[in-house]
Amino acid sequence: MKFSLKISIVILLLSFTVIPATVRTVNMEQLQQDTQKNNDTLYVVNFWATWCVPCVNEIPYFQDAYKKYMPKKVKMVFVSLNSAKELSTVEKFVQDKNLKPEVLLLSAGNPNVWINQVDSSWSGAIPATVLYRHGKKLYFHEGDFTADKLNTLIESKLK
Amino acid sequence: MKKLFLLGTAIVALASFSTMGYKVGDKAMDFKLKNVDDKMVSMADYPNAKGVIVVFTCNHCPFAKAYEDRIIALDNKYRPMNYPVIAINPNDPDAVAEDNYATMQERAKAKNYPFPYLVDATQEIAKTYGATRTPHVFVLQKSGNDYIVKYIGAIDDNSDDPKAVKEKYVEEAVDALLAGKPVTTDNTKAIGCGIKWKS
Repeated sequence: MKFSLKISIVILLLSFTVIPATVRTVNMEQLQQDTQKNNDTLYVVNFWATWCVPCVNEIPYFQDAYKKYMPKKVKMVFVSLNSAKELSTVEKFVQDKNLKPEVLLLSAGNPNVWINQVDSSWSGAIPATVLYRHGKKLYFHEGDFTADKLNTLIESKLK
Repeated sequence: MKKLFLLGTAIVALASFSTMGYKVGDKAMDFKLKNVDDKMVSMADYPNAKGVIVVFTCNHCPFAKAYEDRIIALDNKYRPMNYPVIAINPNDPDAVAEDNYATMQERAKAKNYPFPYLVDATQEIAKTYGATRTPHVFVLQKSGNDYIVKYIGAIDDNSDDPKAVKEKYVEEAVDALLAGKPVTTDNTKAIGCGIKWKS
């Protein structure tokens, strides 16, 4: 590994540790703008909530994958579906668990409208995960992951 | 690569499993499940019913909790009109201890549930119906001895704040059925806790 690359990675890692965890509340349009960009980054978008047991259980797999694939143009976004009233709960969770990927709180109105905008096959149960690249949806999954399945999926989309 | 493809196919197959189950217009099967009072309950126990509001719900889920009072209100409103609520807990208590039978009994007692609260111990009913989350409602209309699915989905459009609700989906569906009219919005989606399936 080149020395300059090492330095830049160290700086990058430091920048994540210094900045305190903040959770941005977004609407559907802002979420789409943030995750469906016309570039070659693979966006891994995970819908979760602090009260969702299987969501919380799979978060470490996403954290590990984030560390593993970050150098390979992978951006991970956790989208909390907690109530907007629970912003502080989500922020505390992010700090307690030391979540590194970006965390957004979605406040998008009638779920019967926006769930279909994410994926027409989605029943609304969480966790659910979507992959985008170049603004296009590559993959949708309702349900949780094992570490292996998540890594295999991301690798398959990086080829 | 072949392995990846197989894995991909398996994931797709698994994902499509969750979309199986009833669609509006299908005939729904009756069930015989244990209530919180230890007695078995079936839809056939309601000979005068014009239909049934089947609600898959549970103890632990914040959405189920948020809707608890609204489910009670639905039963209080529609039971006298022969559309009673039957609540069914499909969750595996080994996955979430709070969803066990004893806690169901406590919950039903504490809130004085006017409707039966049944255990789907084998999860067969939730799977057959195609319930995926809690709460998940199936409004059934009785036609002879059959129960026809007329509405599948959410109770209303705002889990967070009952006062901010604009669309009362289940009420609109049952009102339409009682008036002999077609259900306008017969399928809705909501965020909810995924049903905890036995592994």
